[in-house]
Amino acid sequence: MNCIRKGDAIVFSRPPSLPAFAAVAGKREGEGPLGSCFDEVLHDNALGQKCWEKAESLLQQRAASLALKKAGLDQTELDAVLCGDLQNQCTASGYALRELDMPSIGLYGACSTMVQALALAGCLVAGGAARRALAVTSSHFCAAERQFRTPLDYGGKRAPTAQWTVTGAGAVVVQPDGPGPFLRAAAFGRVRDAGVKDLANMGAAMAPAAAETLLRFFADTGAAPDDFDGIYTGDLGLVGSRLLHTLLEKEGVRMTNHHDCGLLIFDRARQPVQAGGSGCGCCASVLAGRLLPALRTGEMRRILVAATGALMSSTTVQQGESIPAVSHLVELAAGPKEEL
Amino acid sequence: MNYLWAFVVGGGLCVIGQLLIDLTALTPARILVGYVVAGVVLSAAGVYQPLVEFAGAGASVPLLGFGHTLAQGAVRAVELHGLIGVLTGPLAAAAGGITASLLAGFLMALVAHSRDQN
Amino acid sequence: MQLNKAEYAALVKKASPRSAVGRNCVWAFAVGGCICAVGEGLRQWFLAAGYTLSDASLLASVGLIFLSAVTTALGWYQKLASRAGAGTLVPITGFANAVVSPAIEFRCEGLVTGSGAKMFVIAGPVIVYGTLAGSAWGLVWYLIRPYVGGMV
Repeated sequence: MNCIRKGDAIVFSRPPSLPAFAAVAGKREGEGPLGSCFDEVLHDNALGQKCWEKAESLLQQRAASLALKKAGLDQTELDAVLCGDLQNQCTASGYALRELDMPSIGLYGACSTMVQALALAGCLVAGGAARRALAVTSSHFCAAERQFRTPLDYGGKRAPTAQWTVTGAGAVVVQPDGPGPFLRAAAFGRVRDAGVKDLANMGAAMAPAAAETLLRFFADTGAAPDDFDGIYTGDLGLVGSRLLHTLLEKEGVRMTNHHDCGLLIFDRARQPVQAGGSGCGCCASVLAGRLLPALRTGEMRRILVAATGALMSSTTVQQGESIPAVSHLVELAAGPKEEL
Repeated sequence: MNYLWAFVVGGGLCVIGQLLIDLTALTPARILVGYVVAGVVLSAAGVYQPLVEFAGAGASVPLLGFGHTLAQGAVRAVELHGLIGVLTGPLAAAAGGITASLLAGFLMALVAHSRDQN
Repeated sequence: MQLNKAEYAALVKKASPRSAVGRNCVWAFAVGGCICAVGEGLRQWFLAAGYTLSDASLLASVGLIFLSAVTTALGWYQKLASRAGAGTLVPITGFANAVVSPAIEFRCEGLVTGSGAKMFVIAGPVIVYGTLAGSAWGLVWYLIRPYVGGMV
């Protein structure tokens, strides 16, 4: 066996390698602080398509193709693609994979999907079920907006707690052996619901799930926040990040090295994105564009990425339900046996 | 003076809406429904017609004015046609505005396309 | 980790940035006021052109509706609304924007099943409850009319 179960944590004794990764980002994301990190920045978020859904499929396809190209792989060399997006019925992935001839597994974990896909790909590869897998997810501001909120030309003022769906995609190749970075451990989160009903405050709805997953991971593995160069959450934004700190401090855990992908990808002082970015393209593009390259160059040695997803739909919220959330986690390191 | 009062009254009615958005958990959709129903009620209470006479478009352009139109339509139709006016009055009075919006929507759907907000 | 919902709600309130109520209200007042003043200008113009008071009011509204439709299609209305808030929501231009924007947005899904079906997805409730309230008042008026007498 190549992995050991410790509580909810899955620790890989022979950590899978992440030999190649690619990130594609939209126009506003390209103008943000991480603009130079992405492999490709779109000039036109429509990508020449008539509908936003088609644009998102193309976006995801580009990230997948770029990652394969960087790995020097042909699509026939992949045993599984784990893909996801925010559209109803995961259609961005379905249509993107229509063009790529690979065994595909569609996933939905809302904004947590990239880490969910990466963790599952790691398990498939470590268990021998796949010789090589690809994790790829995307989100598109316009596709998400017209589906979840209002038409793009509708005049509405955003609440200061609202998050801005990132237009972007990220893809990561996972294989048993090869160059770093490595996937050292993974943990699938438990669904948590702290009673938040405000669709314009998703960070608040997701913070308890992130706190739960992080606390369990620390308890299960004996690791402490300071053992990592950085603890990255996927899309809690400003409000969720504040709440995560509060919740962890109540349990006696202090993080001085925490960053949030939704706050890294935009400059809130300069870009009108309210409480920061969100969407499964946010964590994916930051992971593939910024975090994995930093592990490869040795700028960082060992990090945690905990992506969070809000698991409601507009229907359930209209029915008076609160927002359940989940947070999946991966531990990534520059080397297979890295300690700080 | 007409313009000043239209500006002040119209702006004031919008400020009430903004306060409802910022200080309560009401969504814009509920606020709009609230405004139109409130317009009917104020019109029925006899308060709105004097405001329209005083502020002109400042009272008729906000959605309260739409409610006022619906209520006035109901009263007029009842006066002319009796009980059947309860059914025909409100929408008949609002037909101009609704049909104009519908036509504008159709025309714009033909020529325009959805725009990115970036 | 145990989390009490009421306790958490208090934490959320503390962590959430507040709306800039004062600034929002100034924007709403200025933009809403301007839209109404433009409406008044149109009304005066139609009155001067010889229309009756009620026709001039209707035509002024129609003028604002088309102005809103064009600015919606150009993407300007949404930009203005992102600052003006209720200033662009409450006037009839906001109603028109709520009709026109889904008509444009859902054009991809077809003129019938997209634009046609979704046109009143936001504005529909306003018509439904406005009409119901108007009819209810009409019925009340029908019943009390013999006692109060004549037009209001």
